[in-house]
Amino acid sequence: MGAPFLIGEKMTGGYGAADILHDCTIAVEKGEIAVIVGPNGAGKSTAMKAVFGMLTLRHGQVRLDGEDITAFSPQARVAKGMAFVPQTDNVFLSMSVEENLEMGAFLRRDDIRPTMARIYDLFPVLKEKRRQAAGELSGGQRQQVAVGRALMTQPKVLMLDEPTAGVSPIVMDELFDRIIEISRTGISILMVEQNARQALNIADKGYVLVQGANRYTDTGEALLADPDVRKTFLGG
Amino acid sequence: MNILDAIVVLLNYVIIPATSYGAQLALGALGVTLIYGILRFSNFAHGDTMAFGTAVTILITWAFQAAGITFGPLPTALLALPLGIAVTALVLLFTDRAVYRFYRRKKAAPVILVIVSMGVMFVMNGLTRLIIGVQDQNFADGQRFIINAFQFRKMTGLAQGLALRTTSVITLLTAIIVVAALFWFLNHTRTGKSMRAFADNEDLALLSGINPERVVTVTWLLVAGLATTAGVLYGLDKSFMPFTYFQLLLPIFAAAVVGGLGNPLGAIVGGFVVAFSEVMSTYAWRMVAAYVLPRSLVPGGLMQLLTTDYKFAVSFAILVAVLLFKPTGIFKGKSV
Repeated sequence: MGAPFLIGEKMTGGYGAADILHDCTIAVEKGEIAVIVGPNGAGKSTAMKAVFGMLTLRHGQVRLDGEDITAFSPQARVAKGMAFVPQTDNVFLSMSVEENLEMGAFLRRDDIRPTMARIYDLFPVLKEKRRQAAGELSGGQRQQVAVGRALMTQPKVLMLDEPTAGVSPIVMDELFDRIIEISRTGISILMVEQNARQALNIADKGYVLVQGANRYTDTGEALLADPDVRKTFLGG
Repeated sequence: MNILDAIVVLLNYVIIPATSYGAQLALGALGVTLIYGILRFSNFAHGDTMAFGTAVTILITWAFQAAGITFGPLPTALLALPLGIAVTALVLLFTDRAVYRFYRRKKAAPVILVIVSMGVMFVMNGLTRLIIGVQDQNFADGQRFIINAFQFRKMTGLAQGLALRTTSVITLLTAIIVVAALFWFLNHTRTGKSMRAFADNEDLALLSGINPERVVTVTWLLVAGLATTAGVLYGLDKSFMPFTYFQLLLPIFAAAVVGGLGNPLGAIVGGFVVAFSEVMSTYAWRMVAAYVLPRSLVPGGLMQLLTTDYKFAVSFAILVAVLLFKPTGIFKGKSV
């Protein structure tokens, strides 16, 4: 196996003077799912934002498919094939579902209908509600719109910041199923999750962060089996 | 008692004037609301932008008239309007590049941009007066009436004559066309949708690859069109004086706030709410009362709530009441 498809290597940095991340490394292989878990305030979302270029790194590097993209703006990374779904405010509330998807494809000049059809296949409920404003949808449906919008750019990497925050367990299971389906199409997925156990269940690779540093890194399966990880982070 | 005469009086003095005034306010408020939605500040220079656009259009109208170019029965100003819009657009884009962009880059708070827009207002104000002077200018030409009171009386035999001025009809028709075009643009074009997306959620718009500078540029172009059209229609309907346009800022903001700042549909409804309130509370209702009530019940007074000198008090009262009781306006715009 060569170098990972996307890697944030030995990232150190924060929003202000104090560093939040300390030598933190996050990577994802092509078509695989990597999950970042850890206690509150561990810097999970910050690590994700660092990979996406939303905070300045003092040390470390971000590489996409071997290319150093550390200095790229988030917008430039979108053009490079990275898509990001923020945790909150991740849909255009006043716009219809279909318009949300169209806005996701804003940079594309080719025919976007096949991509849109695939997203409607993935999330059939969105097709039903495509003329409805995203603000009128339930939390789980909004989350689907948010993921759909990100997929419209035809990304190589999809980054999700707590996609299941505030949705019911049933909806969460379904969303995870869809995420697996997306990764099977060859899209790498990097995701931050509160629901550590369920997330590690579907993860090829898991990163347990504590205080902005890597604590445990292994396959999802191995982390779930590790007694230390279980005791400290998964509640036994 | 004579209901028909009462209706004619009502049309003449309330419904027709309030409808054309409402259309003018709606176009003005649309400009204010677009800037609020996209650039996220209340543009105090809007009244003077209208004045500037109108002044330029008047100069071009005079040039056309001098060259013998007219628009038949329609006012020549309508021919000059596209050119007036173009000049105004250039000035607005220059202002944005020279002034607003600096504060946008610094991510200045909206209240700072409001103060900046007041500075722009004074400059625009001075510029307009320098170009065309402070006096009243009447630039309406073409046919004055579609129906005049004398013909109407002869036709119908009623005591009251209905007067329908060309400018009233032009105002309403132009406003309908402009609003329809604007809504089509915002709802059906890629650029229009990207503007709505940017107004809705700026961060997500950036993540989607929408270019903010392009959205801002298109917004100023639309605002130039809306402000100049509103100003020219108002000037044709009444007359042009820079100070009057500065005063229009109050009813225009009242209209935008009543409808819900940032909501285009709200701006239109707000324009008519403010216009009808203003006209109805400053109209002397005695003549209507004389036609509908039995003679013994007709009061001796004028039945006028406020004299027209106080018409701005109406917009101001509406503004205060909305901000106190429903700050997001009728259509749930952004709270101010």
